[in-house]
Amino acid sequence: MIETEDLSKQFHDFMAVDGVNLSVQSGQILALLGQNGAGKTTTVRMLTALLQPSRGWARVAGYDVVKNGHDVRASVGVLTEQHGLYMRMTANEYLDYFGQVYSLSPSARRTRSNNLLEYFGLAEAAHRRIGEYSKGMRQKLALARAMMHDPGVLLLDEPTSAMDPESARLVRDEIARLKSTSRTIVICSHNLTEVEVLADKIAIIYRGRILLQGTLDELKSQVLGAPEYEVKFSEAWDSAGFEMPDGVDLLSQTPTSLKVRVKRPEESNPQILNMLSSKSASVMAFQEEARTLEQVYLKVMTEARGQEHVQ
Amino acid sequence: MFSKLKLVWLVAGRELRDQFRDWRVLAPMLILTLCFPFLMNEFARQTVDFLNQYNANLILERLVPFSIMIIGFFPITVSLIVALESFVGEKERGTIEPMLSAPLDDWQLYFGKLLVGVATPLIASYVSIGLYLFMASRQNLAMPPAPVMVQLFLLTTAHAFLMVSAAIVISVQSTSVKAANLLASFIVIPVAILMQGEAVMLFWGNEQVLWLAVAGVMIIALLLIRVGLAHFQREYLLGREIDVINLRWMWKTFWLNFRGGANSVGGWYRNVLGSAFRRILPAMFFMVVIAGVSIWMGYDWINQNVAETIAKASPGDLELVKERVGDLPDLAEIRDSISAPFLFLNNTRAVAIIFLAGLVSFSVLGILLYMVNIGLIGGIFALLQLLGIQPWPIFLTGVAPHGIFEIPALMIGSAVVLYIGASLVTPQTGKSMGEVVLELMADWAKIFIGLVVPLLAIAALIEAYITPGLLLNVLSL
Repeated sequence: MIETEDLSKQFHDFMAVDGVNLSVQSGQILALLGQNGAGKTTTVRMLTALLQPSRGWARVAGYDVVKNGHDVRASVGVLTEQHGLYMRMTANEYLDYFGQVYSLSPSARRTRSNNLLEYFGLAEAAHRRIGEYSKGMRQKLALARAMMHDPGVLLLDEPTSAMDPESARLVRDEIARLKSTSRTIVICSHNLTEVEVLADKIAIIYRGRILLQGTLDELKSQVLGAPEYEVKFSEAWDSAGFEMPDGVDLLSQTPTSLKVRVKRPEESNPQILNMLSSKSASVMAFQEEARTLEQVYLKVMTEARGQEHVQ
Repeated sequence: MFSKLKLVWLVAGRELRDQFRDWRVLAPMLILTLCFPFLMNEFARQTVDFLNQYNANLILERLVPFSIMIIGFFPITVSLIVALESFVGEKERGTIEPMLSAPLDDWQLYFGKLLVGVATPLIASYVSIGLYLFMASRQNLAMPPAPVMVQLFLLTTAHAFLMVSAAIVISVQSTSVKAANLLASFIVIPVAILMQGEAVMLFWGNEQVLWLAVAGVMIIALLLIRVGLAHFQREYLLGREIDVINLRWMWKTFWLNFRGGANSVGGWYRNVLGSAFRRILPAMFFMVVIAGVSIWMGYDWINQNVAETIAKASPGDLELVKERVGDLPDLAEIRDSISAPFLFLNNTRAVAIIFLAGLVSFSVLGILLYMVNIGLIGGIFALLQLLGIQPWPIFLTGVAPHGIFEIPALMIGSAVVLYIGASLVTPQTGKSMGEVVLELMADWAKIFIGLVVPLLAIAALIEAYITPGLLLNVLSL
């Protein structure tokens, strides 16, 4: 579990993180989105007790990041921006080394290491020097290191950025599995599709401040407004006398289609369908207009920059 | 505790293994370790042949110990690269963050790096020395006696600890390997100068002083380790600062601390200097104790070493000395040659030298110089007694009038040095080492300008215009 309040970090005159409030429960995944230099890595470093907050507080896995730095580090698995692998070691040696750092027993180290290497498809290369690995293999190994001590909290910076689609899928599946075993996970990513699939909560950070935070649906409705639906007819339809129910706005209409914005889809959508059916409209399709996280993110960023410009 | 120490060894073991897998590190170390003893042996052989022509037996006797010292030193300088890049190298390669994110305490990381940093050069040095001794023994060269041999091994070990602990401080504080390597000259050159001094002691044959050198070097090495640990900050190691000298920031930090928000000279003396002086009060107490010890040591040393010489001196020689002590030159002549500005500059320079020596040695050398200065009082007192001259009248008229200003100035000036040394080896949360040094410099400047300089100025005026008259009156009685 992660909780922060007014978490801030100042480097000389530069405010890298400013008043961040987060709450991530066990079994939840929070995605931190933002440009490079927005403050994601600094936030993660404070959550790992690597940087001391200039203001505010954070508790990770029940420990205060300032008072119990050692315990925080022991409870957290971190995939860092730079993978930080020792190139002259083999994958086996590397995982065993970190297993020892995390005080795992020899048998636990062997079992954990074998399982992780097997899962990430690195078992065959386990005896090769890391320097000979491809970028994707290195990233998988770094991820294996972060999971080596089976931590309760995982902080992952771009977990799939260098991976091929197959490996990325493998990693996403593992993250989803970890979530189902009550792990608390924070992901920093620029891969918005991945975030849409994985994250329970999303926080958009800009110049050290959280601009927006919530579930994907909350973000979409907050930023893009009520959802839009398109109705397609197989034959031209006479709409004379047809009135939209309350809370539904007609956006556009052609003889074979309708586009509407629905404030409460769970109430209004069945009503629309019933009314169309009673009017003998030949409904061929009724679908929500695709609204992606990318649209949300870009709109938020554009607005933030615009506001900054005005100020 | 054992499990905690195990992690130190784990950090060191990984690094050591990494080194032995890198031929670029291994090859130069091996070449130097194995080839240098041969070169030194050949040099020794040529030197012996040359010196035998002139019967220079003292140099011949000391040739092997001197060679051992040199042979021990060279592999350390080359292996220093390991310690220099221990932290900053990992920072550059991006491997530092997973280590810092692991549940390792600062001291475990630090000592892990220190252990491997010291082990590598020491192994190289011992192998080199062993190889050279083997070759020297086959040439029938005079081998040093066992105590000197022990001293040489301890000296080599002390040099390794000193250089490596300094290199690790540099490695923690540097932002790039390039900068760390450039800063290494600040380690190699002073240690090379130190070794020249040690070589002089070796040829001079004063083995007791060499023990002091071993102890002194070890104390400074331990203080350096303490400094490194005190200023070890994970945050700093993750910083992205580049190596730019920010003179504006440096001046601003210094000036803010020096001025301390005061708007007038009176306010500055009352509040800023007052609080700085209160900070050095514990150090002042130590300086008073050290002064007592130094005076006693000076007194005792003269009694131990000079009494015998005086006892052996002929009555004629003793009479001559007494005459010269009593036969002071003309007062006007003293005033011409030793003016107040001369005395002031001389004493100010002495305090400044104590500060500089203290700054580079975490106060150790500064305090030693202070002890020598104060110890002179006890020494002169003993000397006058041995010559049968009443010391008290001379001291009360020749030292006390200006001494009541000069000695406190020296004590205060040296107490700041002790305070700086103690502050440097104390952890300062949330401050970089640069900030700490600048703040301490500001503290020193406050006390130096606000207290030491005025006291020395008064002392110089008294010493130039009042003391000679009083002293002459006493001597003419």
